[in-house]
Amino acid sequence: MNSKFRRDSMLPGGPGAAEKRSGKLDKETQVKIGQQLRAMYDEVVRQGVPDRFAELLRQLEQRDDDRETQS
Amino acid sequence: MKIDDSLRDEILAAIPKLRAFAISLSGNVDRADDLVQETLLRALANIDSFQPGTNLQAWLFTILRNLFRSEYRKRKREVEDVDGRYSDNLVAHPEQDDKLEFKEMRMALAKLPQDQREALILVGASGFSYEEAANICGCAVGTIKSRVNRARNRLAAELSIERAEDIGPDPAMRAAIADKSR
Repeated sequence: MNSKFRRDSMLPGGPGAAEKRSGKLDKETQVKIGQQLRAMYDEVVRQGVPDRFAELLRQLEQRDDDRETQS
Repeated sequence: MKIDDSLRDEILAAIPKLRAFAISLSGNVDRADDLVQETLLRALANIDSFQPGTNLQAWLFTILRNLFRSEYRKRKREVEDVDGRYSDNLVAHPEQDDKLEFKEMRMALAKLPQDQREALILVGASGFSYEEAANICGCAVGTIKSRVNRARNRLAAELSIERAEDIGPDPAMRAAIADKSR
C-alpha cells in the first residue's frame, strides 16, 4: 500500500474522480470517513430504545402470557 | 411465541443498533422505524429458527437487510420516479436537529449503490467483521471487501464535492434511479 499522503484524492472532480486518480485512498481520508460514519451511527445508537419498541415487545409478551395462563 | 427473559433483553439491546442501521440504509427516520418494527415482528414470529448461542444481532440485521431490499424492489416496480420524488425522500427527512456533517454523510451515503452502502455500514459503522457482513448479505468475503473499498472511495469523492458546492439534488442520481425503476 502506498502510504504517501495524497491530497488530490480529496479534490472535487465528479463522482469517482478520486477513485480514478488513486486506486487506494490515503490513510487519513479513510480514517476521517470512518470516524464521520461512526459518529453519525452512534448518535442514533445513543438515542436508546424508543418507547414504541419497548411497548411493542411488552404487548407481544402480554398477549402470550394471556394465552398461556388462562387459569 | 414464548421468549425467555435473556433473549428478550438481547433483542431490546439490539434495537438501537438496528435503528442506526435502518436509518443509514434508508436515510429516513420514519421509514427506518417501520423497518425495525417489521424486523422485530418477523424475528419474534420466527424465533424458533434462531439457533441459541449464535449471533442474535447478526440474525436480526439479516432480517432487516432483507426486508429493506424487498421493499426497495417493490417500490422500484410500483413507483416510476420521473420527478425524483423517491430520491428526494431518501435524503430529505433526517432528524430535525441533524448536524450538517451528518447531513452531508447521509446524502453521500444515499448516492452509493445499495450493495456498497450496506457493506460499508455493516463493516465501517456497525462493527461487523468482513465474514459476518458477508453472511448478512449472503455473498463472498472478497465481494464485501471490494464493495467496502469502492464505497469509501466514492464517499471521499462525494464529501469533498459537497463541501465545494452548494448542497442540492443531484440530477445524475435522479436519472439513475428513474432509469432503474422502468
